[in-house]
Amino acid sequence: MSFLLACPFCGPRPVDEYAYFGEVTQRPTGSPSLRELTDYVYFRDNVAGVQREWWQHRTGCGEWFLAERDTRTNEVLEVILPDPKRPV
Amino acid sequence: MRLDKRAGERIDRGKAVSFTFAGWKVTGFEGDTIASAAFAAGKRVFSRSFKYHRPRGLMCCSGHCPNCQMTVDGVPNVRVCTEPIREGTVVEGQNVRWSLDFDFMSMTDKVGAPFTPVGFYYRTFIRPRAAWPLYEKFLRSAAGLGKLDPHAGHSRRYDTEHRHARVLVVGGGWAGRSAALDAAKAGPGVVLVDEDARHADLDLAGVEVLAPARALGIWEGGLVPVDAGTVLYRFRAEKVVVAAGATEQPVVFPGNDLVGVMLPDGVRRLVRDFSIKPGERAVVLGADDETLAIAGELEEIGTEIVKVVDLRESRPRELVAEGGKGRVRRLVLDGERYSCDLLVAAGGRQPAYSLLAQAGARVEYDEALGVFVPTELPDGVEAVGAVTGEGLTKIAPEPAYPGKGKCFVCVCEDVTTKDMKRAIGEGFDSIELAKRYTTTTMGPCQGKLCHLASIRVYAQQNRMYESAIGTTTARPPWAPVELGLLAGRELTPARRGSIHWRHEEAGATIQWAGPWKRPYAYGEKPEDEVRAVHEALGVIDVSTLGKLLVEGPDAVALLERLYPNRFGDMKRGRIRYGVLTSDGGRIMDDGTIARLTDDLFYVTTTSTGADAVTAWFEWWNAVWGYDAEIVNVTGALAAVNLAGPRSREALGRLVDDPDDVSADAFKYLDAKHLDVAGVPTLALRIGFVGELGYELHFPSPAGEHLWDALVAGGARPFGLEPQRVLRLEKGHVIVGQDTDSESNLYSSGMSWLPKMDKDDFVGKFALEHFAQRDEKEKLVGFTMEANVLPAEGAQIVIEGLPAGRVTSARRSEAVGEVIGLAWVPTDRSEPGTRVEIVVDRQRRGAKITHGAFYDPSGERMRS
Repeated sequence: MSFLLACPFCGPRPVDEYAYFGEVTQRPTGSPSLRELTDYVYFRDNVAGVQREWWQHRTGCGEWFLAERDTRTNEVLEVILPDPKRPV
Repeated sequence: MRLDKRAGERIDRGKAVSFTFAGWKVTGFEGDTIASAAFAAGKRVFSRSFKYHRPRGLMCCSGHCPNCQMTVDGVPNVRVCTEPIREGTVVEGQNVRWSLDFDFMSMTDKVGAPFTPVGFYYRTFIRPRAAWPLYEKFLRSAAGLGKLDPHAGHSRRYDTEHRHARVLVVGGGWAGRSAALDAAKAGPGVVLVDEDARHADLDLAGVEVLAPARALGIWEGGLVPVDAGTVLYRFRAEKVVVAAGATEQPVVFPGNDLVGVMLPDGVRRLVRDFSIKPGERAVVLGADDETLAIAGELEEIGTEIVKVVDLRESRPRELVAEGGKGRVRRLVLDGERYSCDLLVAAGGRQPAYSLLAQAGARVEYDEALGVFVPTELPDGVEAVGAVTGEGLTKIAPEPAYPGKGKCFVCVCEDVTTKDMKRAIGEGFDSIELAKRYTTTTMGPCQGKLCHLASIRVYAQQNRMYESAIGTTTARPPWAPVELGLLAGRELTPARRGSIHWRHEEAGATIQWAGPWKRPYAYGEKPEDEVRAVHEALGVIDVSTLGKLLVEGPDAVALLERLYPNRFGDMKRGRIRYGVLTSDGGRIMDDGTIARLTDDLFYVTTTSTGADAVTAWFEWWNAVWGYDAEIVNVTGALAAVNLAGPRSREALGRLVDDPDDVSADAFKYLDAKHLDVAGVPTLALRIGFVGELGYELHFPSPAGEHLWDALVAGGARPFGLEPQRVLRLEKGHVIVGQDTDSESNLYSSGMSWLPKMDKDDFVGKFALEHFAQRDEKEKLVGFTMEANVLPAEGAQIVIEGLPAGRVTSARRSEAVGEVIGLAWVPTDRSEPGTRVEIVVDRQRRGAKITHGAFYDPSGERMRS
C-alpha cells in the first residue's frame, strides 16, 4: 500500500500519514445475540471492489473521514466528511 | 598494463591509493575502481562461479554481471567494478576454498558434471531421509555467495529520507538528460537518478542529480525508493520518467564465461575511463556495428585484432572459446583457431524494462528488433530512449552456438543450455516453471544479462516464437539492496516532560516508558522512596498521563456512551475512575474523569494510551455526530502526584488559604482549581499510590517552578519503580500489564463498574453476554510463602499443570511479604487457595488473596 489519499482538508498525501480504521460497519442496536455481536465485532465483508471505510489523517490534521476505495486498485473514488446531523 | 595518459581518463595519476586484493597489495590511482586498479595490476580472476567454481573475470564493468562480486571490508557481494578504491581497504574473494586462483571446490566443474545437472539437489538429497542432516551440513556450506559475520557490529548507519519530486527521471543517458532538461523548463522539482557514479558531476540546469543512486522500483502513487548507499530516498513523484536504456547481451557459445570474454561496454570503460589496455590479442564477435566498432578502438591502443567475426554474415557450425586455467586462449570458428587473450562479444542490446514492467507496463516481443519492449505504460509513468526500443537495430544472433564445452545461458547461477534443454525435456513447459527449476535469471543480475538469452534458447528448443513465450514476471528491487538500508534507522523521537531535566539533575535512572523517557528511581534503593511516601511525603512526575478536555452540550452523552460508567449524575468538582472497553468487551484503557462544569470534563488516560484514546474518542464522536469537542492537552499540561500523610500540610503551605485544602473543603475524589506556588492548577484528590495525595495539573512551562517548590517543601521525588510497588500494595491494576486483550471488567474484578441499566455504551452488548457466563480466569492477588520473587510472566502450577500466570510481583516492605497479581482459573480464585508459582525453575508455594494488600479499607487515602 503506497497510494495517495486526499484528506478533505489537506489534499492528497501519502497513505503513510493516515490511520486506517477499517470498513464502515453497522453497529447492532437493542440486545444483539452473541452471533450478531460476534459478526459485528470480528467479521468484515472484505470485498474485492469498492467499499466505504474510515480513515484518520493521524499525522496530519487529525480529521476522521470516510473514503470510498476500490480495494483491487486502491483507487479512491470519494472522500466524505461525516455529517453530524446524520450519524454513520 | 596502464596506457600513457589519455584525454578523458577518470584517474588522477598524482594520487596513489593502496589496498589489499585477495592478500596482495595493489596500488591504483584516485578515480580507479577496485576492479580497474586490480586489473591494471595484472589481476584477472575476481570471483568463482556459483555452482562450478569456475574462475570468472571482468565482463560488464557496469555493476550488472555477478563476476566481480567480492567481500570488501567484511561486506559481501560488493561489485568491485563500480566500487571506488579507498586507502587500506581489504578486498577478499568469496565462494572460494583456498584462493581465487586455486579453488578446491572447482572440482565440481571437472569431475562433478554428472552430479550437478539441473534439479540434482531436488531429486537426490531427499532419500534416505535419515541422511538429510549430513546432506544439509554439506549443502549449507557449499551454497550461497559471500559470508556475513554474525558477530560483526554496526559497520554503517542507514537513514530514510522522504522526498517529493514533480518529475523523477531514472537514468542519466542522453534520453534521460533531455527529458530532465525539458521538465525543468516547466518549473522546479526535477530530480534525475543514475546508478553510475560518473554521473555525479552532471550539470543540468534546474535538475537535481543523484548519483550513484538506484531506483529500486515504482509503486502506486508514484512511490520510488532510491538506493543511494546509506540513504534510502522514498520519492513521491508526480511523474516518473524511465530512461533506463538498454543492456548489452552476452552471446551464448561454449566457453562464453572464460576469463577474458568481455562485453564491449566493459572494454570501453577500462580503456576510456581508466586507460587500461585490456588485452594483447583480441577477437571481436558481434552482430551489430556498435559492437564491431570496438575493434578500431582496441587497435588504436595497440591491441592486435586477430579476427573480427560478424555474426550477421556467417552462421558458424562451431563457435567455441577455449581456455587454459580458466582464461581464454583461443576462439575456434568452424575448425579455424584464433589465438587471443581477449574475446569481445555482444549480441545486441535488450531494453532494461524491469522497472516499467513491475510498475504495471506490458512487455511484448518486438519482431522487428528481436528484443522485448515495454508497452501500455501505467498512469504517471513515461519511458524515453533506448528502454522503449528507440534507436536499436535488429540483432538476432543464434540463441546458442554449437560446440564442445559448457555453454552458459546464465552466468550468475551457472545454468547452461544443456540444463535448459533438460528442464524442457522434463516437462517444464512454461518459462515461469523453467525459470524456477533451473534458477536462470534468479541470480545477482536479476535477468539483466540472461533473460533474453534464456527465452531465445527456450523458444528454439520448443520450436516456438519468442512472442508466444512472453517474459517472466519482473519484481522489485531492480538491483540487490542491503537489508540495513531497508531497515533504516528508527527516528521516533523520545518524549520528555517539562520537568525532565530536574530528574536528570537529581541523578535519576531514566528508562523508556512507551514513547516517554521517565525516571525509574532516584537512587539505588527504590524502597526508600516507597517508605517516604508511606511515612511522610513524596512527589512523582506524572506529566506523561494522557489529558483530554471534553466540552460541549453533548459532552455528558458522549462520555456516557464511551465509558461503562455514569457521568450525568456527577456534581461539578467531582472525579470518577473510568475504564474504557471495546465493543468486544475487552478492557482498553483506564483513567479519571473530572467534571469541571456541566459541559466540561477533564479526562486522564494511561501514559501509553493517550494517542489511541484520543483517536478512539474522536472516532466515536464522528460516528455518533455529538456536539462535543475533544482537545488533547497532554503536552500542554504538566502533572505531578504529591502523596503521603504530610501532603495536605505541604500543599496548604503553597496555596493562598490552607483552609482550601482542609479535609472538609477538599475531599477524596474532589477536583478543584488552586493557585499552587502561584501557578494556576487543577488539583485532583485521587490516590493511585494508596496514601493521601493530590494530582496537580498545570501549564507545562511552570513544570520546574512547581516541582522545585514541592521539593523545597519536603517532598521526596519518587520514580516509576516505587510507584509500581505502591500501587501493587493497593492492588491497583495497570492496564496493559495486569490486563491483556482478553481481559474484561468481570474477570478483572471490576464487576461493580459497568452501569448496565444505561441505554448504550461501547462494550455493553458484550458485557451483557459476559454477565451470563462464568469467566474461565480471574485476576487475583497472591502472597508468596517464602521470600522469593517470581518474574513477571511466571507460570502458576496447579496439580503439576500450568494453570495461570503472574502479571506483577514485588517485595513490599509495608506488607512484609512478596506480593503480586496473577491470572488463575476461576475455581482456584477464592482467597486462601494455595497454588504454586515457578521461581527460578522451582515450584514455590503462594496463597491467593483479595489483592488489596495495604490499607484494604482505603482509610489512608481518604483521610
